[in-house]
Amino acid sequence: MSLRTPLSRARGLGSAKEGTHHWWMQRVTAVALIPLSLWFVITLMTVVGEEHAKVVAWIAHPFNAVLLIAFLFATFYHASLGLQVVIEDYLHEEATKIGLLLFMKFAMVLLGAFAILAVLRIAIGGAHV
Amino acid sequence: MVTDKRPLSPHLQIYKPQLTSVLSITHRATGVALAIGTLLLVYWLVSAAAGEEAYHHAQIVLGSMLGQFFLFLWTWALFYHLSNGIRHLFWDAGYGFDLETAYRSGRWVIWTPVILTMLVWIVVAG
Repeated sequence: MSLRTPLSRARGLGSAKEGTHHWWMQRVTAVALIPLSLWFVITLMTVVGEEHAKVVAWIAHPFNAVLLIAFLFATFYHASLGLQVVIEDYLHEEATKIGLLLFMKFAMVLLGAFAILAVLRIAIGGAHV
Repeated sequence: MVTDKRPLSPHLQIYKPQLTSVLSITHRATGVALAIGTLLLVYWLVSAAAGEEAYHHAQIVLGSMLGQFFLFLWTWALFYHLSNGIRHLFWDAGYGFDLETAYRSGRWVIWTPVILTMLVWIVVAG
């Protein structure tokens, strides 16, 4: 006999109240990253080694800027979910685990923010071009 | 909570490495490496936003032997994680679980990243 209420069973969120959200978002970001990462590598090949003005012009193009931001958001979201699982799997000492999880989450948010701000500055913020 | 004394599975000292298990742990390793490698990506973008001088400096750093070495590894790690990630998505959808298919797709994700990495670096160098 289950002690769960019918509502709780219907929601299917489990004791962590997250259900399959983590697993699902990792797949959603993975699917998004298939075309985005291929696009990133292929277009990066066209500007690698070019002078500053040309690279900045490439980033500033609205189409590239939007796809770059989408690529960066999906990358850091996906990385944060993936690293979380690795840390949870291999670190069993609670304080170390929580400490490293917090550090990793903060680092991923900050790195993502740095990268996206850099793109926005070039695209709309009037960075020295 | 540390609960040692319990049996571990797989026990790494006596567990024979198989293609499937090696590819699986490589997927994790490349994932962690790519996450750390985003530092290079952030450095490159922030340098471009900071101006010509900073970007020129970044080009020297990334163009150095060590920079090129890491970028080469990063290219391979990205293509490996991408190829094997697609393999995982097929598994998630319920396809390709039988042993023969798992080994065949496993051989694909060994060679595809190598070929794509070489292709990218030949095109960039050429």
